[in-house]
Amino acid sequence: MTFRLSAGAAARQRASGLVPRAVFALSLVVLCLFSPVGAVAAPDAAAPAPSASAPSRDVGLPELSWASDGEANVPYVFHDPADLNHLEGFEYDMVQEIARRLHRKARFVQNDWDGLIPGLQRGMYQMVVDGIEMTPDHLQAALFSRPYYVTGDRIVVRRDRMDLNSFAALRGHVVGTIKETLAERLLQREASITVRSYEEETYAFSDLRNGRLDALLLDGPIALYYAGITDDLEIVGPPVGQTRYGIAFKQGSTALHDEVDRALGAMMQDGTLQILLARWNLWTPEMAEMTGDHVQRDVKPDEWLRYRNAMRAQTGWLGQLKRYIGFLPDIGEAAILTLVVSALSMVIAVSLGLALALGRHYGPGWLRWITGLYIEIVRGTPLLIQILFIFYGLPGMGIKLSPFFAGVLALGLNYAAYEAENYRAGLSSVPRGQMEAAIALNMTHRQALRLVIIPQAFRTVLPVMTNDFIALLKDSSLVSVITLTELTKTYIRLSSTYYDYIGTGLLIGGAYLLLGLPFVRFARHVERRLGRSLMRSGHH
Amino acid sequence: MSLCVERGELVSIIGPSGCGKSTFLRCLNFLEIPDSGVLRIEDVEITKQTGHGWNRAQERRAHALRAHVGMVFQSFNLFAHRTVLDNVMVAPRSVKGLSQPEVEPLARALLAKVGLEGMADRYPSTLSGGQQQRAAIARALAMKPAVMLYDEPTSALDPELAEEVLQVMRRLDDEGMTQIVVTHDMRFARAASDRVLYVEAGHIVESGDPDVLFANPQDPRTRRFLRTLL
Repeated sequence: MTFRLSAGAAARQRASGLVPRAVFALSLVVLCLFSPVGAVAAPDAAAPAPSASAPSRDVGLPELSWASDGEANVPYVFHDPADLNHLEGFEYDMVQEIARRLHRKARFVQNDWDGLIPGLQRGMYQMVVDGIEMTPDHLQAALFSRPYYVTGDRIVVRRDRMDLNSFAALRGHVVGTIKETLAERLLQREASITVRSYEEETYAFSDLRNGRLDALLLDGPIALYYAGITDDLEIVGPPVGQTRYGIAFKQGSTALHDEVDRALGAMMQDGTLQILLARWNLWTPEMAEMTGDHVQRDVKPDEWLRYRNAMRAQTGWLGQLKRYIGFLPDIGEAAILTLVVSALSMVIAVSLGLALALGRHYGPGWLRWITGLYIEIVRGTPLLIQILFIFYGLPGMGIKLSPFFAGVLALGLNYAAYEAENYRAGLSSVPRGQMEAAIALNMTHRQALRLVIIPQAFRTVLPVMTNDFIALLKDSSLVSVITLTELTKTYIRLSSTYYDYIGTGLLIGGAYLLLGLPFVRFARHVERRLGRSLMRSGHH
Repeated sequence: MSLCVERGELVSIIGPSGCGKSTFLRCLNFLEIPDSGVLRIEDVEITKQTGHGWNRAQERRAHALRAHVGMVFQSFNLFAHRTVLDNVMVAPRSVKGLSQPEVEPLARALLAKVGLEGMADRYPSTLSGGQQQRAAIARALAMKPAVMLYDEPTSALDPELAEEVLQVMRRLDDEGMTQIVVTHDMRFARAASDRVLYVEAGHIVESGDPDVLFANPQDPRTRRFLRTLL
């Protein structure tokens, strides 16, 4: 972090005498360094911490880093609809309370649901709290605390299918659920039920509304917070099955595990957990049973009411417009990250691609073979796998990269293969005689490439390069899987928080277009300038 | 093939297509590596033995040798992305490390010499073939070579455009430039050469004074070749 900041400062000094264009490019870098997104760029920061809103008196306390998927994860950990930079949720409150009892400062790390346990193994954070069920599979993959919540699964239906009010009634129907949950396993056991598994509950609810599903079977809290705030959906029938959530730790980190366990136990005994959950309207007879806390405390469910009111308030075109304007800072930040990731990746792709192309076109046999192999392997495997491999796989070999660098590197290495083939075609398009003439003029091979061949090849590859950069801009959305909150991730977050896929989609799509357009115009300009020397006289 | 060219001589090499005359010429500046042989130009001598590879030391000597040799191609091979003036200046600047102010007067003088005064800032594609070939000659001369090689310099040109190029070559001959020309233009070979070589199947069949060789060829193969041209 210090290194990057001082590098930024040095760059600013140097920039004082440069042309405005360089200053613009620089301000982008500086922006990236100092905006919250910049934290992502720091080599040592494992992931963005959008709102580790710790009171100032906590400064200096040891850290308790924890991860969850804060996208569309109501009521566990989610972005406050009234203020997107603010996280909340009953698990969020619970972790704050545990941290307080452990005299630590909680630091939240955003990660995709699929990446939560791998991130734990990778040492990105100390624990995972995200409604993780204590199934035999999970118990094998990680070390679990005592259960902090117990719930049954609930059936959610549209008003026109109120008859599907028991598990037996679901037979022969299409039922949606969240993947890797108790509900999914229950449904799959029933052969006559067609199961659709979702990663994010918002998509499941969309599909229930638009008729792709007949019913949903979901954990109690999810059912309550999604179906309980609208008039068109209803929770029906008795709870099905029972599952327990636990906090996951890396295998072997028993010291922290024991501390957290003791804190949880104390919270159950002194009623703190009941009060906390009751405020979210999540205290149930099953919880009283599990914790042994049968005291009636009569807590007002104010968090639940606040959430319900916030969601109901967002109607009418003016409210809608205000909300979209409120999105703009988030989208702007994400756009800068997208642009910086894409631009840096393109720099890698262009330089490595050129080296590969030269190696393949002019190198000795062994070099041609190696570059060819690289190009074939990289082009022949999915970019998504390459990104995951570099971020989660390389640490196993001792190479640990921040999400930002891993993303830039993966995109750069991938596009280098495509650029290499593009440049090779460009080099081949330069007539052989050009090289011969240069050699006959006693230029070295290197001079001939630099002064004669590459400039001419550049003209033929430029249109393809423009194309590739636009493609790269869009492919950069894949780095969202390694915790970078760029434009696509922002779309997912915004749309799933507000169940608004059209409006936010148009906004984010517009942002991508705006990012690409200046580059396209610039490339056209360059093409025109280069084209002047290419103009053919009539008889050619 | 064995050939010794005197300073200031203009030697034309003629022969049927595929006889090896172009290959021979291209071996003279090692654009092609000969199987074996000895080549000496000015103070640089390079020996290549059959079965031996071409090594770094030899490439270095070839580099030294090319400093004395200029070459002109059938298809001009001007650098398409550079202006005519740039084409002439790029090698002296990059290879000899001269600065633009040092090179530009020479480059402009050479362009004037080949009759392209007003064309300095034009791009090659906007010139006629004859103009392009004359620019290519100026480009080669900018390196101040001792020998100029021409590989069918007028084959791609209409007769009147070819004449512009041949005039430049005649003028260079008058100034004492050593020139070796592979050509199909018998009129030029006969009128301008000090010596003509007839090559067939990789061998010099006959060589000598152009008037003698054209008027009274000694070898039946030369006779047959010259007859087909009439």
